[in-house]
Amino acid sequence: MADSKVVDPRPLSPHLQIYRPLINMVMSIVHRITGVALYFGTLLLAWWLVAAAQGPKYFQFVSDVFGSLPGKVVLFGYTWALMHHMFGGIRHLIWDTGRGFDLTTVDRMSWASIVASVLSTALIWFAAYGLR
Amino acid sequence: MVTLTLPRNSRVNRGKAWNQPVRAKGDWKEFQIYRWSPDDTENPRVDSYWVDKNDCGPMVLDALIKIKAEVDATLTFRRSCREGICGSCAMNIDGTNTLACLKSIDEVKGPIKIYPLPHMKVVKDLVPDMTNFYAQHQSVEPWLKTSTPTPPKEWKQSKPDREKLDGLYECILCACCSTSCPSYWWNQDRYLGPAVLLQAYRWVIDSRDEATGERLDNLEDPFRLYRCHTILNCAKACPKGLNPAKAIAELKKLMVERRV
Repeated sequence: MADSKVVDPRPLSPHLQIYRPLINMVMSIVHRITGVALYFGTLLLAWWLVAAAQGPKYFQFVSDVFGSLPGKVVLFGYTWALMHHMFGGIRHLIWDTGRGFDLTTVDRMSWASIVASVLSTALIWFAAYGLR
Repeated sequence: MVTLTLPRNSRVNRGKAWNQPVRAKGDWKEFQIYRWSPDDTENPRVDSYWVDKNDCGPMVLDALIKIKAEVDATLTFRRSCREGICGSCAMNIDGTNTLACLKSIDEVKGPIKIYPLPHMKVVKDLVPDMTNFYAQHQSVEPWLKTSTPTPPKEWKQSKPDREKLDGLYECILCACCSTSCPSYWWNQDRYLGPAVLLQAYRWVIDSRDEATGERLDNLEDPFRLYRCHTILNCAKACPKGLNPAKAIAELKKLMVERRV
């Protein structure tokens, strides 16, 4: 008895493999992914602040890292993740009040937050580099 | 638990083509259908069947019945009313869950892919094991619970109170919504899922029911209710046009309201 294993011969029906990627579903998983990304992005911010406390030499080093091309790419991604997660958060706040559940509103809010996240990211980077 | 891939015994192979039409005559539509039989040790496979649309009813269920009658009698699926009220023929058609009897063949361009309801144990072909789903429904005690003495004639309800049940009582428990929900896929051992939560809400807001507090206590749980992350696949899948996500949001609101 101790060695016997009950094996369920029944297969599990396909799920992610076959389900049509609806916009609401994609937005949900992207919200989760950007949320995780923000943890790492915030670590970068903390690193920058710690460097400032360390002294001018180390601060310059960290600033150079962020100023390099790969550094800028990461910061740009962080900005977008932050914006996307923020607009997603606003959507969830609206849903938490019991509003915005009809299907056309759901899709409109999804597309609106994609557009808003891209636009606001572009705006932030324009303000940082274009207005100097 | 989140599993992105299928277990080894569940990987889907390519099956066979049954009645590929050789003549150009007729308006042929291909159906790619998931098959699995408990009688052998083979993995699931996808078989192809062809149906002449000129010689078939308009709905996907019509085609399934025609295939079973004329091409392959071993094809197994549930069906009963063929008019969207019994919920038996719930399955995944063209990537979303719906009732085969309400899904028009012409709605789908190209071959029509048909799978059982997602992330369920398969009994045979398109028939999933619904035991857990029904047990979860029973767990929310979907019946009138009262403590006051039963009135001589009936439990009365005002018209506005009765209207609160609209959009809820129409649920036919087909499980299209629950099995469209990624949260339910990963946590169906503990998360109740959209269909059952909609039923729970239907009894929570019934003016005649006197067990509201007890019902909410039963739902106050990180998994049973709060695994809903408002993904909204449920509302998109419902073949009756109901909105389980909205019902769940109302439940969450009631949870907060009774605390503040």
